[in-house]
Amino acid sequence: MNLLDIIGPVMVGPSSSHTAGAAKIGRVSRMLLAEKVRKADIFFHGSFLATGKGHGTDRALIAGLLGMRVDDPAIPESFSVARKEGLDFTIAGIDLGDVHPNTVKMYLTGVTGRTLEIVAASVGGGSIQICELDGLAANFSGDYPTLIVRIIDEPGHVAEVTSMLAEKSINIATMQLSRFSRGKNAVMIIECDGEVPEDVLKWLLQGKGILKVTYLSLNYGQAE
Amino acid sequence: MYEALADIILAEKEDGIPFWKVVQADDCAERGITEEESFAQMKKMYDAMREADANYDGGLKSASGLIGSEGLKMEKAREAGELLCGSFIGKVMEKALKTSESNACMKRIVAAPTAGSCGVVPAVLLTMQEERHYTDEQMVEALYAAAGIGGVIANRAFISGAAGGCQAEIGSASAMAAGGAVQLQGGNAEEIANAAALALKNLLGLACDPVAGLVEVPCVKRNVMGAVNALTSADLTMAGIFSKIPPDEVIDAMKSIGRNMHENIKETGIGGLAGTFTGTKIRERMAKL
Repeated sequence: MNLLDIIGPVMVGPSSSHTAGAAKIGRVSRMLLAEKVRKADIFFHGSFLATGKGHGTDRALIAGLLGMRVDDPAIPESFSVARKEGLDFTIAGIDLGDVHPNTVKMYLTGVTGRTLEIVAASVGGGSIQICELDGLAANFSGDYPTLIVRIIDEPGHVAEVTSMLAEKSINIATMQLSRFSRGKNAVMIIECDGEVPEDVLKWLLQGKGILKVTYLSLNYGQAE
Repeated sequence: MYEALADIILAEKEDGIPFWKVVQADDCAERGITEEESFAQMKKMYDAMREADANYDGGLKSASGLIGSEGLKMEKAREAGELLCGSFIGKVMEKALKTSESNACMKRIVAAPTAGSCGVVPAVLLTMQEERHYTDEQMVEALYAAAGIGGVIANRAFISGAAGGCQAEIGSASAMAAGGAVQLQGGNAEEIANAAALALKNLLGLACDPVAGLVEVPCVKRNVMGAVNALTSADLTMAGIFSKIPPDEVIDAMKSIGRNMHENIKETGIGGLAGTFTGTKIRERMAKL
């Protein structure tokens, strides 16, 4: 939290957690899918489900999936924008068990057929947490440039990724590692202090045992 | 951000740097930006507050239909000269309604510190500028003072209704606005912190009990109360009346009350006004939408 979280953010109301947070979850999810969303199946849990309608949580989330920012005046009309832009969506309720009250689970499909399964929570004041990506536990906020690197679960690959970043003078703010099961694929989630340049992303992909690199840039979509 | 208002007061006393400048220097250090960048960003927040006030639309209704046109009614009453509170406070009341009503109707506002309490700080600051003709630079300085107070409250206690009840939202906003008002009137750091303490003291224990869990009833009208409370706290301070409990201890009291508060009155939409006969009926009606 910084000073502009106290005076700010500029946002469309009525709720920082139920409206601005939902819009941010949508927008970050679209960035993680790394392409325009064609289809979204959305499941609201807890307080999102109970009071979402009155807070415009549904419209805010769809607005985010369309790439709108939390202060976009078009948020209330996002459903009609979605129809125009060819984004199909379904919205339903779900009980995800012992998770944050403001949690949503989504299955996204992009225009070229890319898919993403994501669980995210709006944790207050418009801040969010990505809790799960494609079934793997995660914990990041979308406030930092974030690398999601899929690697083979073998000795040395984590060190390889971090030393490649070190060589390019990219400082790691936080880092998490999780895996499906021993010897299969693992995922590194790395929040960085600065943006990771395009050539570094390409270079990372050439590393041994590195399967896939997804990058959440804070600059993404600024020209949209 | 600072952990104690006493530290900001000390910085002003020892280094001779005004309250708002201490807050700005801390922001620059924390986010690695220049004074100019920080100032420009804060100016944008003030501009967005002014814009939200100007873009008010009295014809809108909130999701539940409970909120809409209050700001317009207040404006008419003020212009008719009917108010017991007079035109200055009347304008503050009107602006508090307009911004928080806009929030309830899904328009663009500035969370300060939250969306539910977004009407308090702009109601006080925008009215002071319109009526007393402060420069935009002075207004941004006041916004820094307000932000510094909010930052300490956030660090020391909480600023969300879910964590600490309405005292944490409207209470914090009122403390911030009071500090901003004193900054505009040339008060020193001690006076700014005192106004914040007086404002927060009055709102200790306030429950967060929104009907149907929505940021509408009683939130919109509590913004009016928070703004007016900020004015009286600023006036008390400038008259030389001081809180007997130091500002940081008042914030700590708010925290301990918030911790002791029942979950039913911490933004769950269960207890208090939400749990009344009428509040429950409204919730049931919303659930069918």
